[in-house]
Amino acid sequence: MVRRPAFREGAIEAVPMAIGLAAWGLVAGVAMARSDMGVPLAILMSVIVYAGSAQIASLPLIAANAPIWVVWATTLCVSLRFLAFSFSYRPYFAHLPQRRRLALSFLMGDTNFVLFVRRFPEFRPGERHEDYFLGSGLVIFGAWQVSIISGIVAGHGIPASWGIGFAGTMALLALTCAQLRSRVSSLAAVVAGCAAVAAYALPLKLNIIVAIAAAVAVAVLAERAGAKA
Amino acid sequence: MSSLEVFLTTVGMALITLACRAFFVLPKQDLPMPAWLREGLRYAPIAALAAVVVPELVMTQGHLIDTWRDARIFGALAGLAFHAWRRSLLLTIVSGTATMLALRFTLGW
Repeated sequence: MVRRPAFREGAIEAVPMAIGLAAWGLVAGVAMARSDMGVPLAILMSVIVYAGSAQIASLPLIAANAPIWVVWATTLCVSLRFLAFSFSYRPYFAHLPQRRRLALSFLMGDTNFVLFVRRFPEFRPGERHEDYFLGSGLVIFGAWQVSIISGIVAGHGIPASWGIGFAGTMALLALTCAQLRSRVSSLAAVVAGCAAVAAYALPLKLNIIVAIAAAVAVAVLAERAGAKA
Repeated sequence: MSSLEVFLTTVGMALITLACRAFFVLPKQDLPMPAWLREGLRYAPIAALAAVVVPELVMTQGHLIDTWRDARIFGALAGLAFHAWRRSLLLTIVSGTATMLALRFTLGW
């Protein structure tokens, strides 16, 4: 068997993040158990959708018997950041066979992205980027599925008053902080946060799209202003 | 929703999330994109996360909170402080959640 040092490296570096993520997975699982969609469908959704925020956003809609297209549109709004991940990964994965690119795409998520850009700030020919991605991606996928399925199965035993959902918010907050690497990115985060609150009343989680658009526009302007100064 | 509808909804959600993830990775040619958007897209992941997190922290049932006595705010501040100190995902979650729960159970915030 060919040795894959980058795979090992990715897997090892993912472990501390995976432990934190497991706390959120448990929370998401408990929320899914409470939604009364049934254990088998909840597990199916966790495995094939594999996007915590999209799953959580869909639960109240499914419970309220919303039309299917509303759930799908909401999923799209919450998943738009995957487009940005996809765009960032392109130079690293472009030389791989198509089927492999599709398989790697499935493993894209916030945690994996944070690890990857920290390890490879830019593309360097000859590095086994995809091995590192696969190593960290599989560890995170495993930790996420074990924790969310535990939450789904054990969900009704955990009282809501523990405020355990807050742990999920804290996980997202930590992932946001991990991406603050310049003054412009902090500015983007602040603009997005304010815009998301201001536009909260919009349906279909469109406030997230408004927030991304506002933050991207401000960040581009700030970069240009900074370049001129 | 019936089980069949939930099943269909789930399969659709899986296709939508995968399509977003594969969107730029799959095409053979680079998709044409203006330079400003190329720059700006680098900030989309952090913007999207902030857009999900901030309303969770400062809103209740669709309204901005009108009191500072909200356990979530102090939980978030504790989490931010621990993140600045240790850069650890797990510590951020544990310290933030513990602070929030402590305030909720002792002071009823």
